[in-house]
Amino acid sequence: MSCSIRTTFAPALIAIAVCAASPALAATYHRALQGDPETLDPHKTSTVVEAAILRDLLEGLVINDAAGGIAPGVASDWEISDDGLTYSFKLRDDAKWSDGSPVTASDFVFSLRRIMNPETGAKYANILYPMLNAEPINKGERPVEDLGVRAVDDKTLEIKLEQPTAYFLELLTHQTGLPVNPASVEEHGADFLAPGNFVANGPYELVSFTPNDKLVMKKNEDFHSADEVSIDEVVNYPIEERSTCVRRFEAGEVHSCNELPREQLASLKDRLGDQVHVHPYLGTYYYGVNSAREPFDDVRVRQALSMAIDREFLADEIFSGSMIPAYSLVPPGIENYVEDQPKLEYADESILDREDKAIELLKEAGFGPDNPIELEISYNTAEDHRNAATAIAEMWRPLGVNVTFNQRDISAHYAMLRDEKSHDVARAGWIGDYSDPQNFLFLNLSDNPGFNYGNYNNPEYDGLLDKAAAETDLAARAKILSDAEAVFLRDVPQIPILFYSSTALVSPKLKGWEDNLRHVHPTRFLTLED
Amino acid sequence: MLRYAVRRLLGAIPTIFVIITIAFFLMRIAPGGPFDRERTLESQVMANLNAAFGLDLPLWQQYLRYLGNLFQGDLGPSFVYRDFSVQQLLGAGLPISIQLGASALLLALVVGATLGVIAALRQNSAIDYLVISVATFGITVPNFVVAPVLSLIFGVWLGVLPAGGWQDFSLAHMALPVVTLALPQIAVIARLIRGAMLEALRSDHVRTARAYGLTPTMVVGVHALRAASLPAISYLGPAAAALLTGSVVVETIFGIPGIGRYFVQGALNRDYTLVMGTVVIIAVFIVVFNLIVDLLYAAIDPRVRYD
Repeated sequence: MSCSIRTTFAPALIAIAVCAASPALAATYHRALQGDPETLDPHKTSTVVEAAILRDLLEGLVINDAAGGIAPGVASDWEISDDGLTYSFKLRDDAKWSDGSPVTASDFVFSLRRIMNPETGAKYANILYPMLNAEPINKGERPVEDLGVRAVDDKTLEIKLEQPTAYFLELLTHQTGLPVNPASVEEHGADFLAPGNFVANGPYELVSFTPNDKLVMKKNEDFHSADEVSIDEVVNYPIEERSTCVRRFEAGEVHSCNELPREQLASLKDRLGDQVHVHPYLGTYYYGVNSAREPFDDVRVRQALSMAIDREFLADEIFSGSMIPAYSLVPPGIENYVEDQPKLEYADESILDREDKAIELLKEAGFGPDNPIELEISYNTAEDHRNAATAIAEMWRPLGVNVTFNQRDISAHYAMLRDEKSHDVARAGWIGDYSDPQNFLFLNLSDNPGFNYGNYNNPEYDGLLDKAAAETDLAARAKILSDAEAVFLRDVPQIPILFYSSTALVSPKLKGWEDNLRHVHPTRFLTLED
Repeated sequence: MLRYAVRRLLGAIPTIFVIITIAFFLMRIAPGGPFDRERTLESQVMANLNAAFGLDLPLWQQYLRYLGNLFQGDLGPSFVYRDFSVQQLLGAGLPISIQLGASALLLALVVGATLGVIAALRQNSAIDYLVISVATFGITVPNFVVAPVLSLIFGVWLGVLPAGGWQDFSLAHMALPVVTLALPQIAVIARLIRGAMLEALRSDHVRTARAYGLTPTMVVGVHALRAASLPAISYLGPAAAALLTGSVVVETIFGIPGIGRYFVQGALNRDYTLVMGTVVIIAVFIVVFNLIVDLLYAAIDPRVRYD
């Protein structure tokens, strides 16, 4: 780049700009994230942005590796008792905090008690409810000391569970399982997260954080595997607007974007080729059908609505090929599940046949063009959701279904779904917190008002999930869960429509990026080339 | 004049109080709360959060508590950015918004006034039509179009300016956002000045000034422009307040850590305290700039007196 471009418009300004505009990208990973972390406190965290940042700053007992699998973290190995109730973790001898002190089992006791303490106000506390007594503690019914987590000695941690939990290790890879440094929490109180106070035990430590601007991290030389960490500095930019991220990527200002504008996907692929990454993601896009309301209490109506949705059209046209047609709730590729996953029985039929069938079903139920169903689709404000709802309304029209729309912002939409449940059909999406079918199937439990947007109340289904929870044999458990999903698909209280894909832009300079179902890319496994 | 200013500022306190009250309750009418997201929270977790932020109290108690804290200069914790207080967020962002807004204002004034005067002096000439066309363009093309286009041209294609981002005291990072912010203001100011200038050039006192044999520069630059600047100045009061408190579009597209985003983000996230904080700031700015405009009027127009 030259510093001597001549122009008639504000030449001085441009000249200064030209000289200042060459960013030094060499040893520093410039990473765009979808927004700011709302907090750096792993016990208050809830977002994917926080997950990405905290994964670099802190290390839990187990971690996600480059491919999103489970790998040893602070724990070098672990034993699980035969009854599946006791986990005994052996901690690495060389695990250290960035203040030089060793990471001990009691640090994890402190941290896990802290997240369960109701005073912490932890949004994701319930994800760790499988630990013994966790739920009553979080409800303030028992003291935190009763939590089933114990430091046997400095380097041995024992965690007892309420009941066998096949996905417990997977749960511990979530950022809620990350430790905080007890001494710094006690010394600085609420300010322990501030740059300068933040004590890290992960591959990076916090340098600075300005909301809406950037969060800077540098390599933690005290980290046990510091010699395997290649990138020296990470600058995280909160870029909410996806097109902005693309421009900054093309201008060479960031090395990666974690989410792309779906409508631009085709042109991006043309322009940027294999720098565009699209990969299946652990998430489902679905419509909850309020089965407590007429006429949606009739399974024929729900099935007809489901049948007539042309998922291929939505995936290819509305979402530009960045989504995958879904005929089941649990996404493919998930851990701890059966090989041959259950799916809607009409999954392989052509859309024309399905439409005929749907008309027939509705006729049986007493509906059709002469006696149309009036239906409102509720969705949260977003271009994609509006387009999808409009297309689905058109697909339902031949069935004699008249659709109106109700658009709310995200807070109002989900508050309505949780409290009033005044919807007919409502858009929802779920990205799994851990790779296990239970994390999708629990959405339909009758005692789960926060997620049960289908208002589903089926003792058979609830019973199967209870049975699966008590089963320690993984294969047997997978079978029970697939039976539960089959029941769900028979009743479709929520209509699975699409599986999410993760989308990303990755610079050719950034090596070691492995696309995976969890869309996790810990910086410690990446390298940068000039 | 000083007494007048103090009186006006004291008189603004009840206004701001009313604004705060209305904003506080309006915000709460919106359905949903700060902790309602795609992932619905367990009821116990929600109860813990509400208790931690005092949202479990009756609304009137929350209101009194907010006012009490406000009088002590405490804007409260952010509900969404949980590691920060509203003061910290606004304190970090406001100087940047002011820096950008003030630069845009200055640019708009200089360019807008110059264009307006030139157009008026050459009424119905090619240059006049050009200024009017540019002004119409500046007003009609929204900044959410201008911003990405500028970023694309100068940041991606030409690669001479950053496509986005912020560095303190970096002119390069300021250039595109400032131009984006200034464009519509240039357009408005040019049109206002042109119109008022045409009128001023035909007024008695300008004719008198000419008759006295003053140089054209004196006549136009001092006597006519002084009178012609009044409409632009009344426009600039609220415009300056809006510019200095940040623009959500420009900040989002260029990735600038100002406070404009907080207003919109805060409202969408139901981050009650953050929205209230920005409301207070914007209200204060509007009051102060309206006062400045009135004082400027007195300084410029000899017919206006405040006693």
